[in-house]
Amino acid sequence: MAKQNRREFLNTLCRGTILTGLAAASGVLVFRSMAGGHCEIGTSCNSCKKSGSCDLPEAMLFRQTVWQLDPAKCIHCGRCAENCVMSPSAVKVVHVYAMCGYCDLCGGYLKPDTQTISTAAENQLCPTSAIKRKFVEDPFYEYTIDEPLCIGCAKCAKGCDAFGNGSLQMQVRHDRCVNCNECAIARHCPADAFSRVPADKPYLLQGIEPKDESKQKS
Amino acid sequence: MKKTLALLFLVILFTLQYMNASGIQRFPKPEFESGYVQPDTLIPNPRAEVLAYLDIAVLLMALSVVSWLVIKKRSRKGVFWMSLFALAYFGFYREGCVCSIGSIQNVSLALFDKTYLISISALVFFVAPLVYTLFFGRTFCAGVCPFGAMQDLVSFSPQKIGLRLNTVLGIIPYLYLGFAVLYAATGTDFMICRYDPFVGIWRMNASFGMFVFAAVLLISGIFIARPYCRFLCPYGVLLNWASRISRRHMSITPAECIQCRLCENSCPYDAIDMPVTLRNPEDKRTMARKLILITLLIPLLVFVGGWTASLVSEPLASVNAKVRLAKQIINPLTPEGKPETFEIQAFKSAGKQQSQAFTEAAEVLHDFYIGSWILGGFIGLFFGVFVAKRMTSRHRTDYTPNKGNCFSCARCIDFCPVKMPELTENKEVVA
Repeated sequence: MAKQNRREFLNTLCRGTILTGLAAASGVLVFRSMAGGHCEIGTSCNSCKKSGSCDLPEAMLFRQTVWQLDPAKCIHCGRCAENCVMSPSAVKVVHVYAMCGYCDLCGGYLKPDTQTISTAAENQLCPTSAIKRKFVEDPFYEYTIDEPLCIGCAKCAKGCDAFGNGSLQMQVRHDRCVNCNECAIARHCPADAFSRVPADKPYLLQGIEPKDESKQKS
Repeated sequence: MKKTLALLFLVILFTLQYMNASGIQRFPKPEFESGYVQPDTLIPNPRAEVLAYLDIAVLLMALSVVSWLVIKKRSRKGVFWMSLFALAYFGFYREGCVCSIGSIQNVSLALFDKTYLISISALVFFVAPLVYTLFFGRTFCAGVCPFGAMQDLVSFSPQKIGLRLNTVLGIIPYLYLGFAVLYAATGTDFMICRYDPFVGIWRMNASFGMFVFAAVLLISGIFIARPYCRFLCPYGVLLNWASRISRRHMSITPAECIQCRLCENSCPYDAIDMPVTLRNPEDKRTMARKLILITLLIPLLVFVGGWTASLVSEPLASVNAKVRLAKQIINPLTPEGKPETFEIQAFKSAGKQQSQAFTEAAEVLHDFYIGSWILGGFIGLFFGVFVAKRMTSRHRTDYTPNKGNCFSCARCIDFCPVKMPELTENKEVVA
């Protein structure tokens, strides 16, 4: 009977220690998430870019976060298409119409070595023909992305960036992204462009006016 | 005219190729006269934030219900149906992410990297099963973990696999835990997520390697019950420790063991400890000698393990992105004249200083050096305790589940013929 008591006592002691340890560690981690305080780049928020999505000091109270890529850092290498756990990739090109020049000679739509400017397949940069070109009025053409076709290879974004306004930007699409614990694309991004952003401001698009963000499709 | 235009386009594109001047409005915003309305850029929302709290609520509810089913109700059927529910909710609906096994990495990273803020789901998924296990045993494994449920579905013909194989394979979870914590804490990689076999099934989307791994586990799972749980799961190591000191634990008999041996072959996981009679009780001198040997052996093994691992800290660190970048800067992968790797391109266009890259890599290497010592020490400690266990023997009269290895699945309960005693003053039946 004495031995049983001793073992039980030791067990209880261990249990108490572990519970205390867990409580302490959890407390530290919770406190760190709650202690907004001041904003210093790179300390309170992972890869904070002050992209307009920060409301510190009340900001990070256990905000749910999702993955997003920063078009300012993106070098359009094309790895987004290969590395996502989903196929096709959850990263697709997004067209910011507000920035688009509506050019006839579109750097994102046409191949650099095109002989004619038309919608012929041999002239298109996009390997899956996901960009649709439509005449609006002279000399402007509208380019829209057919998202189910887009594989996220960034060829159009690269062309638009090099010869255009940069209105075609790569972004993680949240109707497709499964929000992995560690983003497989983030692991392979050479520009370290991926980071976690608050879920209520899940896009890092350049050129979108703040009021436009209210037009969100659930 | 069109030809010269195209040629001009080509020349401009070439010259602007490597200038990452994004977002510059080269062409002015058009003014439309025909009444064309510019469409809005569609930005679909992610999963609603409040649903994360639903996940937590379901987790706590499931843990409570399964613990009650195992300890109080002693119902195998109930545990089975709960595990199916867990497979449906945490597996197919939530697609297995975020999970308790992976949460080890989130917690490791959060403890060592102040800029990483852990989500509340990850924290609760780590802490809650541990707390419940400290009080009720591994009820999480029984009816809440979707991995366990997945493997339980295919274990039609579980075979006994022998002590030696069981022991050798039982080392792997400790190695996996050590490496996973090391790589997560240094911010290198989330190994557990990368080598998760079942998430590909739940997402209906997997690479070939992951698919093969899942198939191997499921097919071998027909004959070896719960292969991932017993021989791979790193979280299982923590639950094993917690369950050994749990306050209450599932017991085969509701009252007393009558050594009828009916439950001897009832456990598919060989987790039942058989009665052991001590042939010759050892004298105090032998026991004292053993104690001294162990007291010397364990620190020695810890030191040797840590030192050995620290020798390979640099190769271990070379998968880290910052270390790889620094190595590429020093030693470019592609010879002169050929196009550079994307990492070098991105590094140059970001305008970072080389010295900064080297400093970051050096910090990572230092973290890995310390981490390798700890990892090696942990493995050494494991071997020391393993030897100590072999040296000691425990006297046992009853058939009891091994508190560390038992998943509390309650299969053995149906084999025991002992009935619950009539309710008298003593209502509690404790293992």
